Amino acid sequence: MATATAAEVYGTPSDEELHVLAVDDSYVDRKVIERLLKVSACKVTAVESGIRALQYLGLDGGKSSVDFDALKVNLIMTDYSMPGMTGYELLKKIKESSAFREIPVVIMSSENILTRIDRCLEEGAEDYIVKPVKLSDVRRLKEFIIKGELEENSKTRHQKRKQRDEDQPSSSASSSSSSPTTSLSFLQLPAGDDASSSDPPSSPSSPLSQPELLLGSPSKRSKLLNRD
Amino acid sequence: MDVISQLQRQFIDYTSSLYREGYVDDQFSQLQKLQDESNPDFVVEVVSLFFDDCQKLVQNMAQALEQQNVDFRQVDSHVHQLKGSSSSVGASRVKNACIAFRTFCEAQNREGCLRCLQQVNQEYSVLKNKLQQLFRLEQQIIAAGGSIPMVE
Repeated sequence: MATATAAEVYGTPSDEELHVLAVDDSYVDRKVIERLLKVSACKVTAVESGIRALQYLGLDGGKSSVDFDALKVNLIMTDYSMPGMTGYELLKKIKESSAFREIPVVIMSSENILTRIDRCLEEGAEDYIVKPVKLSDVRRLKEFIIKGELEENSKTRHQKRKQRDEDQPSSSASSSSSSPTTSLSFLQLPAGDDASSSDPPSSPSSPLSQPELLLGSPSKRSKLLNRD
Repeated sequence: MDVISQLQRQFIDYTSSLYREGYVDDQFSQLQKLQDESNPDFVVEVVSLFFDDCQKLVQNMAQALEQQNVDFRQVDSHVHQLKGSSSSVGASRVKNACIAFRTFCEAQNREGCLRCLQQVNQEYSVLKNKLQQLFRLEQQIIAAGGSIPMVE
């Protein structure tokens, strides 16, 4: 059994640090949040407005000035009240984008207004932090994001393992029991020649292209494996 | 008591008094936790930025309040900004002065606003002096070869 590397386990960008995009119009707040994140071992890109944030992500229609793959953003933390584009408007734009809607967005605000909080959460914000932001807030967020990446990556590993097992039929297929949601026993994965007849619809080189097939509904998975 | 211990004692007492008298709150100690060997001047830097911000915003507020027809929303916007940054650095008296200020903006009460502006200006000046004193103490401790004690 191959041992996973730290990158596979934690699934964060190549240098294994979370990359956070922080958006705040206040220079003082940017400095503080930047430091909070760095002390918590995160990479930070701090920008002063929603427009700049969209530009950084390459969502503003213009060409992004950064190589997005190299600097994948794991979390966006944005102030709510900003001139021009509010944090709420930025949140909406991100959630409307197919490329970035999966990135968790956290709203920061000095105002503890219930209706505002509800609105943000309804629009898809992961969390709403009342300022001032503390180390414990960042720690909590980081744990949450890493956990999310862990689950996403365990899905990837599971899919990869499944693909391997299909390509090389062996009795070890039944030992892929790390599925947190469904037991595999009902599938009765083939140990013999039958395996070669079940060609998975998705290519092995892009396991994430249809993530919902992984650990998803049992019927989908059985469709995948039992096709004749 | 040797020089270092004396200075450290002074530092601890002074810091404690700042918390006790409400000049700074827990957020200030958060900032201190963010300071380390790799960023030894973090607190001084952030606090300096804050005071620059303060000065600019107070000027803006004064200008706005001098107008014939005061744009209270504009004034409130400046106060909101100052409230935000004072909260982020733990300047609790400045922050509280801003909170009071906002109610007068909402009430569109020019006299009240002017009084609050006075208050904000005062709190910011006093805090600036106090923190400069604190930073001077820190310098003295380091110059004497000692380390800055953590004050919880």
